[in-house]
Amino acid sequence: MQSPRTKALGPRTDAADEVVKSVCPYCAVGCGQDVYVRDGRVTQIEGDPDSPVSRGRLCPKGSASTSLVTSPSRVTTVRYRRPYGTEWEDLDLDTAVDMIADRVIDARRKGWQDTDDSGRVLRRTLGFSSLGGATLDNEENYLIKKLFMALGAIQVENQARI
Amino acid sequence: MSLFEAFSGTANSLSGPLPDPTTDAGWSGDHPKRVGFFTDTSVCIGCKACEVACKEWNLVPDDGTDASDLYRLTGMSYDNTGDLGSSTWRHVAFIEDVRPHGSATAAHGGQQTGFLPAGLPAVHGGGNGHTPRDADTAPPGGGTVDLLSLLPDDGAHGQQTPDDERDVRWLMASDVCKHCTHAGCLDVCPTGALFRTEFGTVVVQDDICNGCGYCVPSCPYGVIDVRESDGGAHKCTLCYDRLGEGLEPACAKACPTNSIQFGDLDELQAAADARLAELHGRGVHEARLYGRDPDDGVGGDGAFFLLLDEPEVYGMPPDPIVTTRDLPEMWRNAALTAVGLGAAVVAAFWGGRR
Amino acid sequence: MAEAHPVGFQWVMEAKKRGAKIIHVDPRFTRTSAVADMHVPFRAGADIAFLGGLINYVLSEGKDFREYVTTFTNAAAIVGEDFVDTEDMAGLFSGFNAETGRYDPISWQIEGVEYEAPAAGMRDHWESDLRSDGPGQSEQGELREHHAAMASDTGGGAGDAANATGAPVRDETLQHPRCVYQVLKRHYARYTPEAVSRVCGMSAEQFLEVAHAITENSGRDRTTAWVYSVGWTHHSVGAQYIRGAAILQTLLGNMGRPGGGILALRGHASIQGSTDIPTLYDLLPGYIPMPNAHLHDTLRSFLDADAAKTGFWGNMDTYVVSLLKAWWGDAATAENDWAFDYLPRLTGDHGTYGIVRDQIDRKTYGYFVVGENPAIGHANGKMQRLGLANLEWLVVRDMQMIETATFWKDGPEIETGELATEDIGTEVFFLPCANHTEKAGTFTNTQRLLQWRREAVHPPGDARSELHFYFHLGKRIREKLAGSTDERDRPLLDLTWDYPTFGVQDEPDPESVLAEINGYDADGEHLSSYTQLKADGSTSAGCWIYTGVYADGVNQADRRKPGSEQDWVAAEWGWAWPANRRTLYNRASADAEGRPWSERKALVWWDAENETWTGHDIPDFEATKSPSYVPAEGATRQDALAGTDAFIMQADGKAWLYAPAGLADGPMPTHYEPVESPVANLLHDQQDNPALERIDRAWNRINPSQSEVYPYVFLTYRLTEHHTAGGMSRFLPYLAELQPEFFCEISPALAAERGLEHLGWATLISARTAIEARVVVTERMKPLRIGDHVVHQIGLPYHWGSNGLSTGDPANDLLGVVMDPNVHIQESKVATCDIQPGRRPRGPALLEFVESYRRKAGVEPGGIT
Repeated sequence: MQSPRTKALGPRTDAADEVVKSVCPYCAVGCGQDVYVRDGRVTQIEGDPDSPVSRGRLCPKGSASTSLVTSPSRVTTVRYRRPYGTEWEDLDLDTAVDMIADRVIDARRKGWQDTDDSGRVLRRTLGFSSLGGATLDNEENYLIKKLFMALGAIQVENQARI
Repeated sequence: MSLFEAFSGTANSLSGPLPDPTTDAGWSGDHPKRVGFFTDTSVCIGCKACEVACKEWNLVPDDGTDASDLYRLTGMSYDNTGDLGSSTWRHVAFIEDVRPHGSATAAHGGQQTGFLPAGLPAVHGGGNGHTPRDADTAPPGGGTVDLLSLLPDDGAHGQQTPDDERDVRWLMASDVCKHCTHAGCLDVCPTGALFRTEFGTVVVQDDICNGCGYCVPSCPYGVIDVRESDGGAHKCTLCYDRLGEGLEPACAKACPTNSIQFGDLDELQAAADARLAELHGRGVHEARLYGRDPDDGVGGDGAFFLLLDEPEVYGMPPDPIVTTRDLPEMWRNAALTAVGLGAAVVAAFWGGRR
Repeated sequence: MAEAHPVGFQWVMEAKKRGAKIIHVDPRFTRTSAVADMHVPFRAGADIAFLGGLINYVLSEGKDFREYVTTFTNAAAIVGEDFVDTEDMAGLFSGFNAETGRYDPISWQIEGVEYEAPAAGMRDHWESDLRSDGPGQSEQGELREHHAAMASDTGGGAGDAANATGAPVRDETLQHPRCVYQVLKRHYARYTPEAVSRVCGMSAEQFLEVAHAITENSGRDRTTAWVYSVGWTHHSVGAQYIRGAAILQTLLGNMGRPGGGILALRGHASIQGSTDIPTLYDLLPGYIPMPNAHLHDTLRSFLDADAAKTGFWGNMDTYVVSLLKAWWGDAATAENDWAFDYLPRLTGDHGTYGIVRDQIDRKTYGYFVVGENPAIGHANGKMQRLGLANLEWLVVRDMQMIETATFWKDGPEIETGELATEDIGTEVFFLPCANHTEKAGTFTNTQRLLQWRREAVHPPGDARSELHFYFHLGKRIREKLAGSTDERDRPLLDLTWDYPTFGVQDEPDPESVLAEINGYDADGEHLSSYTQLKADGSTSAGCWIYTGVYADGVNQADRRKPGSEQDWVAAEWGWAWPANRRTLYNRASADAEGRPWSERKALVWWDAENETWTGHDIPDFEATKSPSYVPAEGATRQDALAGTDAFIMQADGKAWLYAPAGLADGPMPTHYEPVESPVANLLHDQQDNPALERIDRAWNRINPSQSEVYPYVFLTYRLTEHHTAGGMSRFLPYLAELQPEFFCEISPALAAERGLEHLGWATLISARTAIEARVVVTERMKPLRIGDHVVHQIGLPYHWGSNGLSTGDPANDLLGVVMDPNVHIQESKVATCDIQPGRRPRGPALLEFVESYRRKAGVEPGGIT
């Protein structure tokens, strides 16, 4: 005997405003994902059956993608720890970016090397470095590399060696 | 069907083969075909995608929500969710099956390759761990080729001595509610929360269930359970909310190796029979179907399995019998002796449903 | 593969269903082993002995695919007279300089070929400041070492070709005693089944079963594929592991053919993309090497030194100039060498461990950590956290509060008292990032396939994409430096940095970036192929191997024709570099005349009637170059390659069975023991890789080889249920509950030997630190007999740290850092330790406990300085 609620039952994905084509963010197999969106929020992520890579299937991590993107423990505001500080503090995003820009300029100057000991041109800085990229998009890695090269910062690394 | 219905004589069948439990449950003849799961454990890689996909779709709490020992290892190989329950509707069992070397013959769905005895993927060698490392027996120096020849060629390298050898199989199987042809849980449910759907599956309706828990001991497989946090009984719905729209259940959709197959039960049964024949043809004689037989104690399962060992090895009852099989007989006897009491109990349940 | 790439593994199961044999070679019995036809257990770190054994089997039994070998490889080339093999040098090749610990590869050359330079993929470790510099090297010697350090860890199709001039002397009969074929045969002669058995711990019978299986399954009608992951790269001889597989697969004719290959399974969504468009210090986009201060004054000298003259790397000038045009636009002119001087120059190793060493030494001040968790995920966690603690500022961009962001508050060194929060001067910015559904862009998967993701929702709160962060950071810095007349700011101010933005948050348009990567011609039209690139400044392309991904102004990576509507190649799903080719070097799938080796294994072939290459895949060959094409004398670039030269990125067009250049540690893989090994090298006098890289510091003490104090082998790995350092899994309940605690896997024998109880606690100790783990006793772990030793191996999944729902000690804290000299990758898949029952000491007592082990083992005192 069906209750009224049971009678009205349907998949919540039916109520999605749109289904957005995506790719799993975990390993490098590159499984296709369908992202169901309602009212600007992700309501479900499932495998994309069209993908010749994955045929709609996902592993436990890929299957946990909805949890990943809606995680209650996700941090969504800037956190700031001042030198020698003992606690996190709040910081405005724009202020943070401005402070970081100042620190990049400063560290770049402090670590600048025009030439080596024998006078060969180096035109670089060892003042700061970057780590990460294997979880990012190609377009993002491209901007990182391009910006760092223009800054003369050679110390750019990612997970490829790890 | 409820106890009330059973007692009051409106009962449908409670045991034995039943080709169409859906109609038997009162759906009209043009209902959809009965659907189910065929879980082929010979291709299961134990990834647990089914467990996660199930929880994501059905918004089932993580397994430890009711437990004080949240996020602790169980020690049962790679299984840390333990068993099917109110918050685990798909459960992957991991069995590390140790045998003397050479005695195992299952190929885990593999072919006869001639690699190992019967193509068994197994750890062998080892076991002779009591041999202490000897601090004073570092290989002597000198030419490297000589080094090799200096070593005792007793055949003991690589493998340990034969009497110490043990083979390990690592069996994995994703368990789930069987959606029995004769479902004890449904039979005993006093509120009508449990019902048989038009797809022949068995589903709890959360808005009706009062958490009485009668269904819990009635399940011959120990599947259904009451969740402490909300007081309701819960189990796999075979993604009832998805079926109406033609979607397959979340676990089956996610399963990377197609170990979990969803479909019309008759087609799944045919596929399973063919797979079994294929494995037997490859010499995998341990392969067997579980829950496939309509003559078994529950009239066959809507969710059935291909196993590579005895069901007990996987923690499944070898000969499940619907707990209400003898119910009509029992109730007849009970009625003769205690009509008043029985009627009162049933009436109380019936009332509680409202 | 079933463990870490389960969905990819569906294709293995599909193959198995159709009759393929699955052989799993792994020290552990994993979920892959459970469904394989055969599991071959062996000792971690012994892979070259195993691969060498297979090579020996193939050569000594004459099982190579001779027609393939003579057509496509350098087997016939004669090695120069000066070359001395490890057979005759106690495990060393000729050219080793004991003082510098490096090889000069000049004696490894092929006869008739004048040594010049290799092309990309180069690794500059010459003048490496990880070690003392050698005295008085000639510039030519430096150049050779510089090139010797080139390698191919980064996956993909980097050109390894030496820029050889002159024709190699060849003996097509393969009988000359110094031809590559014979040299190889002699080198591997000692890798007999019995030797393999003794070194690896598998039985000779098991080894031979594998040897039979792979040789019977290779040839005209059949192919065998090898699949590997970091279990092969995380070794002090890691690049040579891959070389070993390459030699074997080339001998068996399994390269460039369907069902063949050596397939790297990579662990992050776009780790392939991040090497193609490298966030790596030694590469420019498309495997172009970073210029070196000592060798590359001008673009011309850069190209002369590092670009091959022949093969497709002969076009490196077009790739480089187009890249410079993409970055500096109109400011890159013929007069200023296309702004080549704007590029900073390398002088040594600036890989990740060198950077951290410099952080500890306060030689570098700032650090961006983006989607990575080095405090947990990198070897020697203490070293990583010390680096963080000695920074002036740190920017962490992530979704969750990972350990790298909180080291100053709750890192293990706070507990031991080595560091105190109030003494750590590091200013920390934690900036939340957008996740994969909150931004559009491409990932490049492990098969070089670019797939576009569309944006589903907007990022919440302060969360932003990296595209947003770096674009606006760059804008901000440019604004602050606007008007600067300082010459060093010119590259920044001249940079093309004006992407269109949209939305309230001014998100840069990722398609505009992808279009720049793809490139434009002089008229501003989108390029469709890297063959259109020019060195005259009329084209631009941000990454030449990606040219074509935006052909016709269409985002080819966003093509989504369902797989069910396509053939097995599925060429209309996404876009694979280069030129949407799905199998590299697929010219080798056809014989010298261009006919498929067999109908069953047909992939591409020569259509003589239409005078073109055709087939199921896009041919990785010039479309109209006939199989009978013979290059004219003095031909350059691809014109110098014959119609049978399938390996088009190589200067000689051949697959190299023997590598006369390009590797820092020898022309042929040789078994060396891991630095931390319980046994002596049974194959050679030389114990470990003579050219490996070390960091000899108090915070990076190394266990002595064959130490009784650290008697057990341990290996680190991942589990299906977690992802790398846990930032994307330990914080999620549905994953955390599946593998809820850090544990070690040990055999019943080791449990008995050390009194360890199932589910009890164990403390694991190395010269770095001690960590504790729950004990899982399992028959899946088996002791092995190696020589006269019983070797116990301990399994350690490395996902855990102190934050999140599922917590535990980081396994990587147990590891030290020693590195492969080609690629600066650490040896983290095998090391030694002790294991004792019970939990580890707390606080300062932990330090004394670890020090007591070091004393007992004769290791120098450790510490944080």
